[in-house]
Amino acid sequence: MELLQSIADSFNYWIYIILMMIGLYALVAKNNLVKKLIGMSIFQTAIILFYVSIGYKDGATIPILYEHQAHHGHHDAGHGDAEDAHHDVEHAVEEAAKEIHAVAEDHADGHDAHADDHDTLVDSHDAHTSSAIHAEDFANPLVHVLMLTAIVVGVATLGVGLAITQKLYGEFGSIEESEIIEQIRTGK
Amino acid sequence: MTEQAPIFILLFPFLTAVIVALVGLRHKSLSWPLTLVSLGASVCASLSTLAQVVEHGPIRYKLGGWSPPFGIEFHIDGLSALVAVTVSVVALLTAIYSKDNVDAETPDKSSQYYSLFLLLVSGLLGIVITGDAFNLYVMLEVAALTSYALIAMGNKRASLAAFKYLIMGTIGASFYLLGVGYLYIKTGSLNMLDIREILETAGLFNSPTILVAFILITVGVWIKMAFFPLHSWLPNCYAFAPTTSSNIMAPLVTKVMIYVMVRMVLTVFGPNYAFEILDWENIVVWLAVIAILAGSIGALAQKDLRKMLTFLIIAEVGYMVGGLWLADETGITGTIFHIISDAFMTLCVFLFAGIVFAKTGARDIYALEGMFKKMPLTMVGFLVGAFSLIGIPPTAGFFSKWYLVQGGINSGNWEYVVALLISSLINAVLFFRLIEIAYFGKKPAEGHDHHHGDDHAKVSEASFTMLLPLLSTAAILIVIGLYNKELVSVIQDFLSQFNLATSIR
Repeated sequence: MELLQSIADSFNYWIYIILMMIGLYALVAKNNLVKKLIGMSIFQTAIILFYVSIGYKDGATIPILYEHQAHHGHHDAGHGDAEDAHHDVEHAVEEAAKEIHAVAEDHADGHDAHADDHDTLVDSHDAHTSSAIHAEDFANPLVHVLMLTAIVVGVATLGVGLAITQKLYGEFGSIEESEIIEQIRTGK
Repeated sequence: MTEQAPIFILLFPFLTAVIVALVGLRHKSLSWPLTLVSLGASVCASLSTLAQVVEHGPIRYKLGGWSPPFGIEFHIDGLSALVAVTVSVVALLTAIYSKDNVDAETPDKSSQYYSLFLLLVSGLLGIVITGDAFNLYVMLEVAALTSYALIAMGNKRASLAAFKYLIMGTIGASFYLLGVGYLYIKTGSLNMLDIREILETAGLFNSPTILVAFILITVGVWIKMAFFPLHSWLPNCYAFAPTTSSNIMAPLVTKVMIYVMVRMVLTVFGPNYAFEILDWENIVVWLAVIAILAGSIGALAQKDLRKMLTFLIIAEVGYMVGGLWLADETGITGTIFHIISDAFMTLCVFLFAGIVFAKTGARDIYALEGMFKKMPLTMVGFLVGAFSLIGIPPTAGFFSKWYLVQGGINSGNWEYVVALLISSLINAVLFFRLIEIAYFGKKPAEGHDHHHGDDHAKVSEASFTMLLPLLSTAAILIVIGLYNKELVSVIQDFLSQFNLATSIR
């Protein structure tokens, strides 16, 4: 039961491991070069799932601040003008960025013993900001941005891989690795 | 102007890569001069950066003015400045050399070739100067993707080698990326110095997550640098790639990956974690010993000149991995010194192999027959490179090996010392065999006398653009050897911040 519970709790991470192993298997065991590349793609997708899972928090929403939220946050400070709203948003974003930096890990890896150290860090931030905007209400956007880059890299790798496969097909008339190796061996 | 030097190291080759691709559509002949100019500018920028680092200490260059840890920064200390100078100088020399090769081996594609070449160099320079762990991954992939393409431009066998490299390289880079992900989970930062600070202040060193991150990053980088059991992609790639591709990649790619390993162990995780908390030194040093011996013995078995040299690279990677994990200041000094001297001596012998291939069209070592008479200047360059790989003073190879051996003795890792000496002996056997063939013209037992005799009648001294880089590299090897004290003092300035073990145990 405990095992099942722990699997259910970190469902994303189990899926990422399984996907990664499927990809690795295809990379190592498949004979067809295109299938190898598909395996490589699955492998990289697993890492994307892993990163996206890091950014997830229970009950958190997308990291976009609406004007009234930012405004509400500083209501007690006496800002009422529409002109100040913009400044408030900026200030709130800065505060949120500081908090995200501090809490990034204890929401991603809540089981860990060291999370305590950082809770106190966050508390100290809470104490002196009095803002209604807290980093824990928002998913961590940084990892998603990182993954946009990783997706681009993955697409580029796949493109280069397919181009090389095409070149191999032109040269050997086959995309089966064993046949190509056989041709190299006998052709020499 | 000089405070902007760090970004110029990267910008010149990077922007010129785009310009070369566009200008090359109309004027192919401009590609080579443009490449030379941009790399020359990059060398100036990196030398200026090195001078600043030596004078004023590490530089933290904030990209776009965003302060770290939110923005990306270039963090340049003694280590990265030295390696950046090495990379840009090697790239410039290879670019000078490439003129005839590129036209001969990849006709009609010279502008695309130079564009990829410059992207590869900018990727490698980016790896060296960045201070951000994720940015390093992106640069790693920039360098890797271009190198797959540069290798695949070679002959038939090169395509398959490039495909295998693509698979291995992607696995390696993905492991690195995963490792960075685990680091980010615990520390919430991607900036290398910031990660280190958080690891120390929050006392995260006993966390299993950090252990997983360390293992993933280390294994990923080992795949990329072709550390022995993970080396299978390297020999075919560098042996069958176009001459210029292997001339730029053989000296640089593995060496830059060793730089990444040193950077991760010293700056990100800290020697305290890597060497004392984990206590893996002995295992890794033994792995390095196996790598050194396997590389050297593999080299003995080869008849193909360039393939023989690729196995030497694998042995040299073993030197440097072992040297780092000796966990001794002298050993690590030797590792960093060896990154620089090995880059130049590998370049030297690969340039020579390229000249031999261009002049005779033959790959096997017997093509060297009678070379001393036909191209004496080329052979002088080769001799310096070979002496450096064997470790004969006053070449650079002697001094870096000296520090490595000293480190092995200090830390009591005698197996490493023995492996290094055996490998040097094997290098001596390999190169004196080549010198013998080249000097006395000893023919193989089967004797293809007529065939070789006809070919070699036409062989004469290499052209100026090929000879100049070879002789400059040889000169650099001797200059590094003569000024080794100055170089070591820069390295030791860099290492002094880490409180490494120096005493004899």
